[in-house]
Amino acid sequence: MSVTLIGAAVVVFFVIRVVPGNPIAMMLPPGATEEDIARLTAHYGLDKTIFEQFWIWLAGVFHGDFGTSISLRQPVMPLVLGRLPATLELAIFALVIAVVIGGAMALTGVRHRETRTETAIDVANGVGLSIPDFLWALILIVLFGVLMPVFHISGRISPSLDLPFVTQFYVFESIARLRFDLWWDLLKHMFMPALALAIPLAAIISQLLKQSLKETMHLDYVTLSRTKGYSENHVILSEALPNAVLPTLTLIGVQFTFLIGGTVIIERLFSYEGLGNMAIDAVINRDLPLIQGIVIVFALLFTIINLVVDMTYALLNPRLRHA
Amino acid sequence: MLDGRGSIKRRLGARLWLSGTWLGIMALLALFAPLISPHDPLAQDLFAGRLPPFWASGSDPAYLLGTDSLGRDVLSRLIHGARIAFSVALIAGLATAIVGSMLGLLAGYLRGWVDVVISRLVDIWMAFPPVLFAILLIAVLGTGLTSIIIAIIVIDWTRFCRVVRAEAMNQSAMDYVSSAIVAGRPRRDILWREILPNVLPTIVALSTLEMGIAVIVEAILSFVNLSISTDAPTWGGMIAEGRTSIYQAWWVLAFPLGVLFLTVLSFSQFGEGLKDRFDPVLR
Repeated sequence: MSVTLIGAAVVVFFVIRVVPGNPIAMMLPPGATEEDIARLTAHYGLDKTIFEQFWIWLAGVFHGDFGTSISLRQPVMPLVLGRLPATLELAIFALVIAVVIGGAMALTGVRHRETRTETAIDVANGVGLSIPDFLWALILIVLFGVLMPVFHISGRISPSLDLPFVTQFYVFESIARLRFDLWWDLLKHMFMPALALAIPLAAIISQLLKQSLKETMHLDYVTLSRTKGYSENHVILSEALPNAVLPTLTLIGVQFTFLIGGTVIIERLFSYEGLGNMAIDAVINRDLPLIQGIVIVFALLFTIINLVVDMTYALLNPRLRHA
Repeated sequence: MLDGRGSIKRRLGARLWLSGTWLGIMALLALFAPLISPHDPLAQDLFAGRLPPFWASGSDPAYLLGTDSLGRDVLSRLIHGARIAFSVALIAGLATAIVGSMLGLLAGYLRGWVDVVISRLVDIWMAFPPVLFAILLIAVLGTGLTSIIIAIIVIDWTRFCRVVRAEAMNQSAMDYVSSAIVAGRPRRDILWREILPNVLPTIVALSTLEMGIAVIVEAILSFVNLSISTDAPTWGGMIAEGRTSIYQAWWVLAFPLGVLFLTVLSFSQFGEGLKDRFDPVLR
């Protein structure tokens, strides 16, 4: 785990130092003297060799100090932590949508297996899987942003609203404060980007869960419960589902990291003020410390998710429980 | 049972045909773009800006699918965009397949330290959000067609590497490989003549999938203004332009979006169809 993280840090640190374009030159007003440039370059440590820079940065990271953003002139850590909640809320909302849609489609497909309904679900899965979130987002913008303007297609919350929040977890805090007006406004902003992120994952969940459910339905114990006279719905939900759900759960974990990776461009499309949107600005501004900080936070997030998935798998799989 | 298999076969056939036809048409448009396209894709006509497509009132029959805000012909830009999209798709798709499969074959067949190094690299690569990585690489390499292709290879080789490595490991455990070893065939021979042909169907299917992904990556990079140049006729650039004028001229966004949608869908369905064709159980 730590090897992956350090590897990621090394790759990104050296890749971005090859970037042409001097961030210092972009900061200074025209007419700055050579001396000013030299002073500022020294201030950001850019006059040292690349290896020295790496050690200074790495030592800082272990103390929770990611350096100072060049374009925003603030410490990187609070900037990144300020944006992370927005991205996490969007990703979790998308995950919930994907599980609900995917689960419902899988169950419907199994309930009506070998019928036209199942064929329709198969076709929907195929299309959902083939088209990435970026295109779904654009399609949703055209359909529900322009033709049927029901949802917001820009921003995180209406700018006219007064915000009482002390944390950046707006959705959670609005529920905690019982401010359901704000909560509803947040949801109306989040729904389109979250749905775009959710569609491919929903298709994967639907496909895999339906397949393992269908396999489980052929097992003896399911036939037994059917001969006991339980209804088809009971057999699917109470007998087959608990045994069929495990592979899907593992897959959701891995796919969730892909979903979070997708937030980068989706946030850009919907002008949603999260980490990904900040990352693109950071690259455009050649803000090296900020890019590094954001990439490390993403890498850390992915590693933690994979760890949690492994642990959940061990907890849920009886065969691994005592190992 | 036999009937069921027949209907599956027919459905697969239709899928291959439909996606293949669309890709064929697009490839022809790309190939003969200068001959087919009615206008110069870069020519601006500021007096004919934001003309609607032919069926709407106020349209000009010279511009079948309307014009964008600078008065450039949407249809001509779409046709020339196919050129860029298909160049990126073919070159980047194949190059990524070669690089990724090569590393995957080596890791899965040789095992040992080669496998450890390559697998560790894959882990590190998986810790990056791919879009962010792509944008970062373009910032390093500069804009342009070659940079996009290199960026796609650098980011997506892991997709092939993971699958091919697993597949090569499976194949290495098979009896025919053991007997080749017993027969005293050199390792290089076993890898290229025995294992590779058996992994090839998977690689082919993944490659068409990758071509669809390459088209999307190009579109995403054009969208954040990092692709080729701002007025080059790329589908992604057209979409980015259309996104800004979506309330005044929806067609500037809708047409490239539709074409991109069908192309990406076709690439992936074509790949899936090919994979099933090669699948000995269904054949």
